[in-house]
Amino acid sequence: MTEEVILQVKDLKTYFHVDEGIVKAVDGVSFDLHKGETLGIVGESGSGKSVTNLSIINLIPNPPGKIAGGQVLFHEKDILKMSANEIRQIRGNKISMIFQDPMTSLNPFLKVSTQMIETIVLHQGLDKKAAKAKAIEMLKLAGIPAPEKRIDQYPHQFSGGMRQRVMIAMGLSCNPEILIADEPTSALDVTIQAQILELMKDLTKKLGTAVILITHSLGVVAGMCNTICVMYAGRVVERGQTEDIFGEPKHPYTQGLIHSVPRLDRENSERLFSIQGQPPNVIDLPDCCPFYPRCEKAMDICKKKYPTVVHSENGRAVSCWLYAEEKK
Amino acid sequence: MSENEVLLDVRNLKMHFSLGRSLFSKEKGYIYAVDGISFQIKRGETLGLVGESGCGKSTTVRAIAQLYKPTAGEVFLKGKDLMKTSAHDLLSARKNMQMVFQDPYASLNPRMTAGEIISEPMKIFQQRGLLDMSTEERNDRVDNLMERVGLSRFFKNRYPHEFSGGQRQRIGIARALALKPELMLCDEPVSALDVSIQSQILNLFKDLQKEFGLTYLFIAHDLAVIQYISDRVAVMYLGLIVEISGSKDLYKNPMHPYTQALLSAAPIPDPKVEAKRQRIILTGDVPSPDKQRPGCYFYDRCWKRMDICKKYRPELKETESGHQVACFLYHKPE
Repeated sequence: MTEEVILQVKDLKTYFHVDEGIVKAVDGVSFDLHKGETLGIVGESGSGKSVTNLSIINLIPNPPGKIAGGQVLFHEKDILKMSANEIRQIRGNKISMIFQDPMTSLNPFLKVSTQMIETIVLHQGLDKKAAKAKAIEMLKLAGIPAPEKRIDQYPHQFSGGMRQRVMIAMGLSCNPEILIADEPTSALDVTIQAQILELMKDLTKKLGTAVILITHSLGVVAGMCNTICVMYAGRVVERGQTEDIFGEPKHPYTQGLIHSVPRLDRENSERLFSIQGQPPNVIDLPDCCPFYPRCEKAMDICKKKYPTVVHSENGRAVSCWLYAEEKK
Repeated sequence: MSENEVLLDVRNLKMHFSLGRSLFSKEKGYIYAVDGISFQIKRGETLGLVGESGCGKSTTVRAIAQLYKPTAGEVFLKGKDLMKTSAHDLLSARKNMQMVFQDPYASLNPRMTAGEIISEPMKIFQQRGLLDMSTEERNDRVDNLMERVGLSRFFKNRYPHEFSGGQRQRIGIARALALKPELMLCDEPVSALDVSIQSQILNLFKDLQKEFGLTYLFIAHDLAVIQYISDRVAVMYLGLIVEISGSKDLYKNPMHPYTQALLSAAPIPDPKVEAKRQRIILTGDVPSPDKQRPGCYFYDRCWKRMDICKKYRPELKETESGHQVACFLYHKPE
């Protein structure tokens, strides 16, 4: 990709200090986001997807959480070192977020208009009237019928899919450079999910917004993303172009994940492939490969040291001893 | 026990929920959650039930299990109408019909150990005189069941919070198996689980079916899961079944416009396939099931609608391809 890199996450570490020990929710995550790119972050619950993205805009509750190290460079400026005021200029303006459950992320006591106008007035310096016009325009773009009327309604008067449209309109109202979407369709039905994904694709393309899409659904990433990061136990285990990852998954976890999903377009064999065992408890993880107890290809070295990251062409990176040895 | 014996026969089942009465006891209205559905399940078969939220999948299963008192219709389990049996007969029928629930957190009592949870159904049926088992036999059975569903017997004295989501679902399955039922009603048993755990549990369901000759009524909203686990699939929309077909045939040859849209909306985990796919994007949301409509329930969102669909409701009828479809595209009204 020749496009300019707008966001660089370097060795990000976010730890939570709890009574039982230290939870290394994110432990050394790195990736680049290019202009106009859609990056998918996939992983199972507890793998650190959401914490990664909350860390990017410095929204980790402290205590118990703490960003223990790393850099988040937005146009080469480190967000983690900015003052609260500087961050406020970026959050919701240059980088905005959409959350999973639109009912809990919209204020039920305020009209949609109040919530949308607030953001626009704050970040774009428009007066209230112009801001309302802008808000109506965004709702229209997001496919809400009769936006002039709907804007004066409360969130509960919208259905789930409509609420998510409002969230998208709100997220994009300040022409952000980056939109972080945290499981935007997981709470929605399939037919509504298809509508919302289509809308996100269209709008972000039109506005040139880069997207970080967090999801557990491999189907969603396959259709939406240019590049993918696969996370396991707080680390990125594999990263690369979508076609490469699906075409030839390298990390045993990625392989397992792709093979264990039943597919509609194929006749599935008698048994599904499945990864044995349970995801690890992330409290006080030893410094070895966290996947080795479940890995079919585990070797002695996997129990001793965390694998080094092996880079190859096309931005591909894998953290697995299987490939590290090949290099030696 | 013949191969083709019909184990469960549901005829014109209706479940309407009252919205309450006003002061002078006039009904305010009803939610027509299930509005007249019929299907049969043969012994050893798996029938998958798909549909979006609010279409009445869970209500159907609960009405079959008689957890709700259905408004109308008949439910025959092994030839016996469950809606007309006495309480005692219903209890012995329930021995043959057990449920597995969606949320493995809410469906296990947090104050009981795994062993107590699994042995509870056996205790209850023993107290009512429907089962004859000594305490030792019961304990042995709990041990066996735990090992069978992939849990160590040494976890017997642990409480639900000490298990992960997937392990809890295994406890739920062991509990359902305790009474050696013939029919298992599974209400979204894998929806709350992560991908890697989901495939483990799906495999377990298939293995158990083979081993014990179980019959499943299996609900999921994930079409790929349904296709994998089922022999036949019933698609529901707004309290009605719109299509029933063999699961292998469903993806290749969906007939009802809603089934077609549902299948095309489901994402497929392969970027090459995704890039080529043509999506049918339905407009609008699922309407609320608070009124009975004269025409086809899918009319508002259908992209192949005709005038006739507004006036008459299509019946579920067998077509040449062996599917049962409720759509005027395939048969004209009488």
